[in-house]
Amino acid sequence: MGMGKAIVITSGKGGVGKTTTTANIGTGLAIMGYKVVVVDTDIGLRNLDVVMGLENRIVYDIVDVVEGNCRLKQGLIKDKRFDGLYLLPAAQTKDKTAVNPEQMIELVAKLKEEFDFIIIDSPAGIEQGFKNSIAGADEAYIVTTPEISAVRDADRVIGLLEAHGINNPKLIVNRIRYDMVKRGDMMNVEDIVDILAIDLLGIIPDDEAIVISTNKGEPVVAEEKPLSAKAYRNICNRILGKEVELLNLDNNEGKLSKLLKILFSK
Amino acid sequence: MAKERLKLVLVHDRSDLSPRFLEMIKGDIIRVVKEYADIDQEGLDIKFTRMKRDYDNTPVSALVANIPIIKVKDNYR
Repeated sequence: MGMGKAIVITSGKGGVGKTTTTANIGTGLAIMGYKVVVVDTDIGLRNLDVVMGLENRIVYDIVDVVEGNCRLKQGLIKDKRFDGLYLLPAAQTKDKTAVNPEQMIELVAKLKEEFDFIIIDSPAGIEQGFKNSIAGADEAYIVTTPEISAVRDADRVIGLLEAHGINNPKLIVNRIRYDMVKRGDMMNVEDIVDILAIDLLGIIPDDEAIVISTNKGEPVVAEEKPLSAKAYRNICNRILGKEVELLNLDNNEGKLSKLLKILFSK
Repeated sequence: MAKERLKLVLVHDRSDLSPRFLEMIKGDIIRVVKEYADIDQEGLDIKFTRMKRDYDNTPVSALVANIPIIKVKDNYR
């Protein structure tokens, strides 16, 4: 008991795919048999419920739990498809000051007794909501896209995490477009990793399947074929300590080997 | 191109010591070095940044000072 691991998904910049990443890592780990709760800390702008397809089932939220208006178990929403997967939604009508970091530490400690993984979706920005989201976390994964603004914000967040005692965050580079990288029109993953000087956890290709799955409220990781689903499964396996090659894709062998050459050769 | 622009932006972002604090350090460094040499105070450049350590590439915070020396004082040559 109390052995769960709390991971915060953060970025600084908004719109880089934190919520999608949270939903997919959470769902992926649940499919692999772990007990997982995904926690939305974006109070006032909740979205994780929609990406998970659970928006119609919300009765209580994180503020209700923290304020004691309901029991923790009442606040948790069971996933509609996968056993062992739960959502703790953000409040939509309160503001970010409705929860403080001390309350978050206490909440995450309780969740760790019940779950193997607590995946915390951070709001954009570096204000109170961000501080809440990292307060109880053991580890941090930083999501960025191959754009100057997103990498810049990621760099800032790395510094802030260190200042709060969360060292060695890992990087997820989202929305890579191989055709553009190949042409030299997009920064490659190697450059980003080099500049930020942190470990790479995974690369997610820019994939239409993610848009479609988000519209359905069913995280793409549960699907077999899409490239992005495989990339998310690889990330889940790395979280579990397995060694997985970057974007190890069976049905895209030719394309892939070229890709890997471009992305990772020196 | 993006990589180079990003690097420049980050050098600036990472130097987030307060200007007042940097001025204090600058004043003290000038005072100490002036004991030993005439320096070009206008050309003095001092900044706080993050860089990779030479021998093992670990990222570290560093205070980088570039102090143009005009002439070392005679009694120290």
